[in-house]
Amino acid sequence: MPTKTYCWAIIDAMCEEMARDDKVFLIGEDVAVAGGAFGASRGLLDAFGPMRVRDTPISEEIIVGMGVGAAMAGRRPIVEIMFIDFLGLCLDQIANQAAKTHYIYDGLFKMPLVIRTSSAVEMGIGPHHSQAWEAIVAHIPGLKVVMPSTPRDAKGLLKSAIRDDNPVIFIEHIAMHRIKEEIEDDDDFLIPIGKADVKRVGTDVTVVASGLMVARALAAADLLAKDGISVEVIDPRTISPLDFDTITASVSKTSRCLVVSSSHKNFGFGSEVAAEIGERTFFDLDQPVRRLSPPFTPAPFGRQFDQFLNPDTDAIVAAVRELMA
Amino acid sequence: MTQDPITLYRSMLVIRECEAQLNDLFAKNLFPGYIHSYLGQEACAVGICCDLNDTDYIVSNHRGRGHYLAKGMALKPMIAEMLGKATGICGGRGGEMHAADPALGILGGNGIVGAGMPIGAGAALAAQMDGLGAVAVVFFGEGASNNGAFGETLNIAAAWKLPLIMVCENNLYAEMTPFSQTVGQPDVAARATGYGVVSEIVDGNDVLAVQAAAGRAVERARSGFGATLLELKTYRWGGHFEGDPRKYRTREEEVEWKARCPVARYRTHLLDVTGVQEDRLTTLEAAVAAEVAQAVTYALDSPLPAPETALLKVFAA
Repeated sequence: MPTKTYCWAIIDAMCEEMARDDKVFLIGEDVAVAGGAFGASRGLLDAFGPMRVRDTPISEEIIVGMGVGAAMAGRRPIVEIMFIDFLGLCLDQIANQAAKTHYIYDGLFKMPLVIRTSSAVEMGIGPHHSQAWEAIVAHIPGLKVVMPSTPRDAKGLLKSAIRDDNPVIFIEHIAMHRIKEEIEDDDDFLIPIGKADVKRVGTDVTVVASGLMVARALAAADLLAKDGISVEVIDPRTISPLDFDTITASVSKTSRCLVVSSSHKNFGFGSEVAAEIGERTFFDLDQPVRRLSPPFTPAPFGRQFDQFLNPDTDAIVAAVRELMA
Repeated sequence: MTQDPITLYRSMLVIRECEAQLNDLFAKNLFPGYIHSYLGQEACAVGICCDLNDTDYIVSNHRGRGHYLAKGMALKPMIAEMLGKATGICGGRGGEMHAADPALGILGGNGIVGAGMPIGAGAALAAQMDGLGAVAVVFFGEGASNNGAFGETLNIAAAWKLPLIMVCENNLYAEMTPFSQTVGQPDVAARATGYGVVSEIVDGNDVLAVQAAAGRAVERARSGFGATLLELKTYRWGGHFEGDPRKYRTREEEVEWKARCPVARYRTHLLDVTGVQEDRLTTLEAAVAAEVAQAVTYALDSPLPAPETALLKVFAA
């Protein structure tokens, strides 16, 4: 199997799907000539031409809104919003239009729209380029929210998102662009949306980790294994709809759970997981569910702040030890 | 001009009757929720839509019944939708601000002022990619021209030469505030120039003037010359919604504008210029009133959708 970076996995997914279906197109800021602000659409302009790969003005509402309108008119748009922090500029088109069109119009329209966006949590670029906003969009019924943590997951999930008849917010993480993984060389390689992945099997503690935190949870599991603590690491991959079945089955087995996320605790991903575990499998728990998240502050400019604010491997190790005490 | 004069008049009458009869329902407390009346603006929807094809798209707004009917939506399922009934074109879940018919290119209404403009641009983009000469029309009010989506849409329509006709129905009131109090330049059309979009100001109460302007805009769009902004100067006879006490304007002004009624005006034209016999129009008027009344009865007699259907269709299967 070929080895690909996370970034090339995204390019390959779009390239394969655009070749497969001429209704798929890509628009966004700097996606065509520049090949993407982070290089994640390199080569697509040359491969598919300026009708299907277009640079837009810096106009987020029109980028998403045109995706909505084109989808209603039978296309399968991929639109890119450069940073997830910019979703505020187009939230009406996402939450009121894309998310509700199929529902309001009683299924007369499908909404096969992919909104690709990037998180730059922990990259030190300040309060408008460093947020984890997956919980904001996950709160809206009618949207699917996908956040892959490996190249293979990124490719399989993006291909599934493009083939999905519903709006999908696809959150990439820039810090993961260069990580590599072997990926099946198959044009129909898909990973289902809404299915969590058990990234490591264990018996003592379940760690549910998303996005950037998955690799950190796996590193923590390695360290803890040396002390005889067996950690099961679950990557939901899809934030909404969340695969609670996989999570609660794991927690019923281990009796302990830690949720690690780059998003805030307050009204957040970890809270949702903890609450659902409480409702479904409370009596299997030996300890309260723990959450590790950045404190409820914005992120100032500079990596020292990011490193201070975000959970690291040591914090995960310490939290698991507390759960085992 | 593909539409014969009687068909044009009939289209305006259907809207007039529909709006009048729905207002009656509202007065009798038989209409659920808000009703945003289209009375007074009939020439706008009909003049714009009368020569469009089914393959052309329209995107409507919260005041959309005129647009739906002018583009050919069937009366019964449209009115049933307005009443939230199960027989509505969207099963009653869209309601007064949302109806659609993909087969006729009607891409819905909206509850968010201004939100339809980017959607219209997207439909125009799809039409451009298809390359079959279809166009997209987006209807919005002058109030929506103060929303950021207006500028974003004008700009990209110009940059990409989108086959888009942006139709601003300037009825002078942005919800419950006079438009003139919210802008330094009262002509919406004037803003198009700065973006490189061709624009026209049209008497929105003159259906023939609107039809002619629409013809020019559609021709430009079909020929690959891009977008046009049409500002149709008109007047909203009712309030922002029925029941609005209209404190922001005088009753005298309303009387003055009702004297410029677009339906009566075209009727006079048919009698005096086209030479149609009045009894033909009288017969047509009675027939349309009866047809609308039948549709209203059908809608009133239709069941509401079952509450548990709220759980369905959040996602496409």
